[in-house]
Amino acid sequence: MSTGQTMLLALLILPAIGALFAAAMPARLDRAARVGGTAFAAATFGAALFFVPGTTTPGTGAILPWAEIDVPWAPDLSLRFHLGVDGISYPLVALTTALTMLCCAYCLWRVPDPGRGRLLVALLLVLEVGIIGVFLALDLVLFFVFFEVVLLPMYAVIAVWGGADRRRAARKFVLYTLFGSVLLLVGVFTVVSATGTADLVALTDPATRPMSSGLQLFAFVLLAVAFAVKSPLWPLHTWLPAAHTEAPTVGSVILAGVLLKMGTYGLLRVAVGVAPDAAARSAPVLGILATAAIIVGGLVCLAQTELKRLIAYSSVGHMGFVLLGVATLTTTGFQAALIGNIAHGIVTGLLFFVAGGIKDRAHTGELAQLGGLRETAPALSGVLAFAAIASLGLPGLAGFWGEAFAVFAAFERGGPLWSTLGVLAAAGAALAAAYFLRLLRRVTHGAATPAVTALTTEGRLRPGELVAWSPLVLLTLAVGIVPVLVLGYSADPVAALAEVITR
Amino acid sequence: MRIDQVALLPTYVAAATAVLALLVDLLVPGRRGAVIGATAFGLAATAATAIGVGLGLGDAGRRTAFCFGPDQCSLVSDPAAAAVGAAFAVLALGALALSVPLLRTGEVPVGEYCFLLACSLTGAVVLGGARDLITLIVALETLTLPLYLLVGIRRGAATGASAAVTFFVVSVVSTAVALLGAGLVYTATGGLHLADIAHAGASAPELRPLLKVGMVLLLAGLAFKVAAVPAHAWAPTTYDGAPLPVAAYLSTASKLGGVVALLLVGVVAGGPVLATSGLTLAVLAVLSMTVGNLVALRQRRMVRLLAWSSVAQAGYLLAPLGALLASGGRTPDAIGLVVAATVAYALFYVVLEFAAFAAVVAARGSTDGGDITDYRGLARRSPWVAAVLVIALTGLAGLPPGLAGLFAKVAVVRALLGGDAAWLAVVVALNAVIGLAYYVRVVATLFAAPAAAPLPPDSAAPASVGAQVRVGWPVGVAVGVAAVVAVLLGFAPQGVLELAAFFR
Repeated sequence: MSTGQTMLLALLILPAIGALFAAAMPARLDRAARVGGTAFAAATFGAALFFVPGTTTPGTGAILPWAEIDVPWAPDLSLRFHLGVDGISYPLVALTTALTMLCCAYCLWRVPDPGRGRLLVALLLVLEVGIIGVFLALDLVLFFVFFEVVLLPMYAVIAVWGGADRRRAARKFVLYTLFGSVLLLVGVFTVVSATGTADLVALTDPATRPMSSGLQLFAFVLLAVAFAVKSPLWPLHTWLPAAHTEAPTVGSVILAGVLLKMGTYGLLRVAVGVAPDAAARSAPVLGILATAAIIVGGLVCLAQTELKRLIAYSSVGHMGFVLLGVATLTTTGFQAALIGNIAHGIVTGLLFFVAGGIKDRAHTGELAQLGGLRETAPALSGVLAFAAIASLGLPGLAGFWGEAFAVFAAFERGGPLWSTLGVLAAAGAALAAAYFLRLLRRVTHGAATPAVTALTTEGRLRPGELVAWSPLVLLTLAVGIVPVLVLGYSADPVAALAEVITR
Repeated sequence: MRIDQVALLPTYVAAATAVLALLVDLLVPGRRGAVIGATAFGLAATAATAIGVGLGLGDAGRRTAFCFGPDQCSLVSDPAAAAVGAAFAVLALGALALSVPLLRTGEVPVGEYCFLLACSLTGAVVLGGARDLITLIVALETLTLPLYLLVGIRRGAATGASAAVTFFVVSVVSTAVALLGAGLVYTATGGLHLADIAHAGASAPELRPLLKVGMVLLLAGLAFKVAAVPAHAWAPTTYDGAPLPVAAYLSTASKLGGVVALLLVGVVAGGPVLATSGLTLAVLAVLSMTVGNLVALRQRRMVRLLAWSSVAQAGYLLAPLGALLASGGRTPDAIGLVVAATVAYALFYVVLEFAAFAAVVAARGSTDGGDITDYRGLARRSPWVAAVLVIALTGLAGLPPGLAGLFAKVAVVRALLGGDAAWLAVVVALNAVIGLAYYVRVVATLFAAPAAAPLPPDSAAPASVGAQVRVGWPVGVAVGVAAVVAVLLGFAPQGVLELAAFFR
């Protein structure tokens, strides 16, 4: 077994062992369990850093993994344990391991009610196994298995550590996303029965593409709806605001930071990769929905009065940009989608961390009750302002590239439809600026409210917050200034994918 | 007529177990442990014999008994029959382990209880090898008959008596329907052996409608055993009124028996009228899963919830066979696929369902499953039992952490899409979403804080809220084995799938 294969396995096994370790510790060793869990998360991050863009095997397909494991698991279910990492999945894997590590570290200092932090850390690590598995899977059935693994742990995170209305929000989350994943199940086996293989490498290779166009369309619609629920794409997004508002801080960070990316990643890798002709036929519909999501997300955000809810709806808009990038089916668009994914993961993760910090201190998320935060908590409101500005797409920060490239890709595609969509998306970006600036005006400026003036001593950042937030601030700057950090990895595989579609 | 006694060996051992239980009870009166031990030994021996006969089949692949021709045997012993026999014996052994707290209370005559359980097993063992309609129906009735008594066996329990009567009445009606169907099939084909019926189609086309009606009636009658809608209404009352181990046996072994019978009649004998079998089973499947899931949403009592969920599960069990409706589902390959999927789902299901009942017994004792609210805080009182219940219920919902249920769902959907029945796959998938709503409600209850209001001091509620129930080691072993098997199957589903492939 080569080193690359060992590291692929380590990416799944380390968090799994960490989860068992943290869950099995007795209650009196709660803190030790959290430290141990965080150590396993850090080790996983280390394993992810091991990969450098390797020499890819020569081939004609759209997926040329740097490292690969392929052993049969259950041949009678067409299930193989086939993992691999390439330039499209690698940045997402790295982001997942980094965010999980930061969330576990945050839990060292701050455990949301009702305590039992070791179980929260264990669930975060189980989530990590599922998410990384989705990004690494090169077998459709395995992809589906990992897709299902994250459902109940996330349900538990929301239902146990969430806010006042957590039960309902958690149930809504789990039923909606299960709906998406059963459609994925049907879609996956539609493809598998038609082609006789579940191997993504073979399925995305144009040399072996035996599916008829009608069947492709059927499979693509199922897969696209499944991923649209997860992403979530307007109008299937209604589970998201409730889940985000009620979830604990670390839950929101993982949910927005990486869980949603399973949807957009799946759309790009599985739906577009396996059924490219159907994707080409459906592209205008996807583009229109994406632009609608951008506009609707922005307008709804303008009317929000609650901090976390506003950030949740802003995710709908951002995912709209990512989808617009995918829908153009061009190299530029795919690149925009990938960097948009990563940027949204970093920036929205940071935003939810800060929002959680503010809600912890002020015990309210209502914008009307948070005025004047700048006076009593300058550091907190400074980070909030930074993250908000990054999220609205200021050039030089991470959020810029995904949105600008998506709009650019739409214009590059040309024609009246795509130009109109580009114009509308650009207007949506302006909406994002409007609602984030409104948020900042309400929260950081203005006269201090009673809830905020009570914060005099608590206004400073806590050690856990410094540890968890500073890497995200640095990453926002780094990706903003040197986008090639992400784009460099994905250039070749994206070009290969785009070429497969046009072939 | 040549009779291969080896083929009958598991049946002999099962029947001997029944006699042994009565004899031990007679010879060592008052020693409950001796009776239970002897019965457990007999059940284990039955399982071992079945496996041994299965492994010793040699190159021919099967042994036969009571044959009139090369294909007209009333009883065969092939790997599938051996696997079914062993599975029944293990389930009976598990049910016996769960019964230990019940037998210790003295509310139940121990010798009779063990005798009836072993009798039921005898019918089940024959069922796997039955290849003519009479043997099949007699075996199935031998499986069911002792259960009427077992359901109502607790002395002085009125709910048990009413449960037994409900079960008995519905059972008699459905057996009558099945017999009518068998009669019509015989009239139409002139054959009772499954192979004769399967090959009779071409000879008399004008009798085809009669054969179809007979087949529909036969399948509808047998559907009672798996508690499929419309013959499902007995299940909630009977499960809730019966002692929990008997309910566990009903929802696992008895249901597995129903599946085997439906496979034998609907597919093996269905040759000329496979499409009719497919239509009947598809309708039963869609009705069962939809009705079962929707009604389960509203249940307040644990066992009733499990009963309605098992109605829904019957729908998933029959769903793959619904693919026989489509012409693409009647190619030999597709038939093999759907049969294997049904068997695989049944095997995954019995393990998970048994684990769920075992956890309920471990949490509540073996007489009453209680309300769902009684399970609040179980995760703190007994974390291991709660963990098993979580694995079992999420598995029945088809979700991780236990992968067994996930693979069961995958097998069904895969077979349906492979058999050109995409619409049925979508129905199954959407039902899985409805199903999760109630499973997750129960799972969340386990982790909720215990009910705040304490009972008034003078109330003498038996297993009251928050009380630890001591159930003894056999239940613990049963829970542990079921949980370990469920988890292992999740990592190695191929074993079950290969076993299921014997049924093709």
